[in-house]
Amino acid sequence: MADGGGTRGHEESGQPALVRFEQVSKRFGDVAAVDALTLDIRQGEFFALLGPSGCGKTTLLRLLAGFEAPNEGRILLDGDDIGGVPPHHRPVNMMFQSYALFPHLTVEGNVGFGLRQEKVGRRERRERVAEMLALVKLQGFGKRRVGQLSGGERQRVALARSLIKRPRVLLLDEPLAALDKKLRAETQFELMELQRNLGTTFVIVTHDQEEAMIVSDRIAVMNQGRLVQVAEPAEIYERPNSRWAADFLGEVTLIEGYLNEDGTLATRLGPLRVGAGTAKTDDKVWLALRPEKLRMSAERPAADGLNTAAGIVFEVGYRGDLSLYKVQLADRSLMKVALANTSARGKAQFAVKDVVWLSWPRDTGVLLTD
Amino acid sequence: MSATIKSERSWGKRAVVLLPYLWLAIFFLAPFAIVLKISLSQTAIAQPPYVPVFDLASGWQDLQDFFARLTLDGYRLIGSDPIYLFSYLKSLQIAGVSTAILLLIGYPIGYGIARSPRGLQPLLVMLVVLPFWTSFLIRVYAWINILQRDGLLNDVLMRLHIIHEPAAWLASDTAIYIGIVYSYLPFMVLPLYATLEKMDETLLEAAADLGAPRARAFWQVTMPLSLPGAAAGTLLCFIPIMGEFVIPDLLGGSRTLMIGQTLWTEFFFNRDWPVASAIAVALLALLVLPILLYERLQRRQLERFR
Repeated sequence: MADGGGTRGHEESGQPALVRFEQVSKRFGDVAAVDALTLDIRQGEFFALLGPSGCGKTTLLRLLAGFEAPNEGRILLDGDDIGGVPPHHRPVNMMFQSYALFPHLTVEGNVGFGLRQEKVGRRERRERVAEMLALVKLQGFGKRRVGQLSGGERQRVALARSLIKRPRVLLLDEPLAALDKKLRAETQFELMELQRNLGTTFVIVTHDQEEAMIVSDRIAVMNQGRLVQVAEPAEIYERPNSRWAADFLGEVTLIEGYLNEDGTLATRLGPLRVGAGTAKTDDKVWLALRPEKLRMSAERPAADGLNTAAGIVFEVGYRGDLSLYKVQLADRSLMKVALANTSARGKAQFAVKDVVWLSWPRDTGVLLTD
Repeated sequence: MSATIKSERSWGKRAVVLLPYLWLAIFFLAPFAIVLKISLSQTAIAQPPYVPVFDLASGWQDLQDFFARLTLDGYRLIGSDPIYLFSYLKSLQIAGVSTAILLLIGYPIGYGIARSPRGLQPLLVMLVVLPFWTSFLIRVYAWINILQRDGLLNDVLMRLHIIHEPAAWLASDTAIYIGIVYSYLPFMVLPLYATLEKMDETLLEAAADLGAPRARAFWQVTMPLSLPGAAAGTLLCFIPIMGEFVIPDLLGGSRTLMIGQTLWTEFFFNRDWPVASAIAVALLALLVLPILLYERLQRRQLERFR
């Protein structure tokens, strides 16, 4: 279950891993924060560790930075075991969730701190700090005190500080969590651009599914110290490998059923036509349907070969660009449907208690066995 | 309507703001004015032992007469007799050296408490404050007992064969330093602990991440961030030690005169209230600088963490 997607992706690229976790475990008391986890991160990719709070994603990052030591397993960087290397000798840098800027230093002092540790000369230090500040669009901020900066500016200083030593891997611990939504969206694109231009490997920890999907090349979905699925964002969204992954990333409706001999799915809504899957006949499976892939109409759709179900609109969640509907079906179960509000008036197309027909083609949705 | 409510509220607010000023006026400014006035008077064999006496009931002419009889004689005496200058310098020396010792001992203690497990910290802080539960005088007398010729200190040192005959600890500067450092240690430890405890530990992780080993992270991050606490502790100790009387009087020798003792002698022994008051005023003038410094530091601190 763990990393089917990841292994497949690895073979496709053919690149050696920059970072490799080998059977790594980390326990705090009786709790295993990271549980026998194996994972490869490739050179130059934007990699996201995604999961609910307490899933072990931050611990994984701290293991890589060297703030925690694994109880078992090895962590390799460029093929070398870095287990015994203290944090101040690791060629990785971290951007902290709280930013952890030094309040007694100026912006320049903060950004240049890493170079000062390497005894880089004053002149070169000043040049590289200016270069870094320009990169994060903070020219002219060098002499300011950290306390005089806004939240967004602090975030940039923290980013510049963690990049100035040109780390092999940049670790980002919830880097955008403290920003408001609008600024966060802008900064996400800036981060992607920065990563593309620098070519540095970025590993980001986030609990925000949307953020992980937007910024990263690959996502590792974690739960309870284990990997659930490692794959590209679209792969995880369209082909989740378990009900948990499907439910964690985006909205989904799960319909329980058994495969019939003729390939249809026996459910409480009657037989449904489904795409070919790996499941065997008589296995208990779940059909996962994304809300935006369903069609909803007032009349029964005429086309053949569609799955259809009648229901009553139970709830409408208006979101501006689209509306999320919960439709109650004959068996009293609820199905989630998302429709874009395309009409000129922009209002939701259906109202509560409207009788509606849902329909979807045969190959919509995924059959999950887990 | 709303205007009246607003003005009433602001009156209430003003009254609240006024309270500390009122407090200062009654308990600081008024006594200081009295001391200042006495320092400008002349000794007299009378009750009270100085002239002129300020009398509100007297007329305009008497009031003018009163101001005409004020004199700077007390200050002139302080300036002319070197004993006063020596007392000031002695106080400065004792306060300076003991504050330095306090800083050296207090910093590791404050740091240690701040780095202990969270649950243990209140207990450790309480242990630092615990001596205050016993009277200050009793604790200083206990030191006489420890430091005397057949006291605990000599006993221990001789049993350990560090010294072979009892040393005279009492009536020396050493005894004063021991007494002062012991008594003032909590005033150094507590502000240091308070600043160190507030420090975000991820700052040290950030320093390590950027390539600073532990020792360098201490000098480049922990130390500068604890400076406000160190400054507060330093001034909190230095200022009262300057005027310390009890400890040098009980533990020090007759040859060491701190300014507090000189003042006491003038006041109780010579019954020279004007000179005693002049000494007090001069001491205050000497301490105004560090006190203002302390005030500024505190304000800066507030601004930084706002």
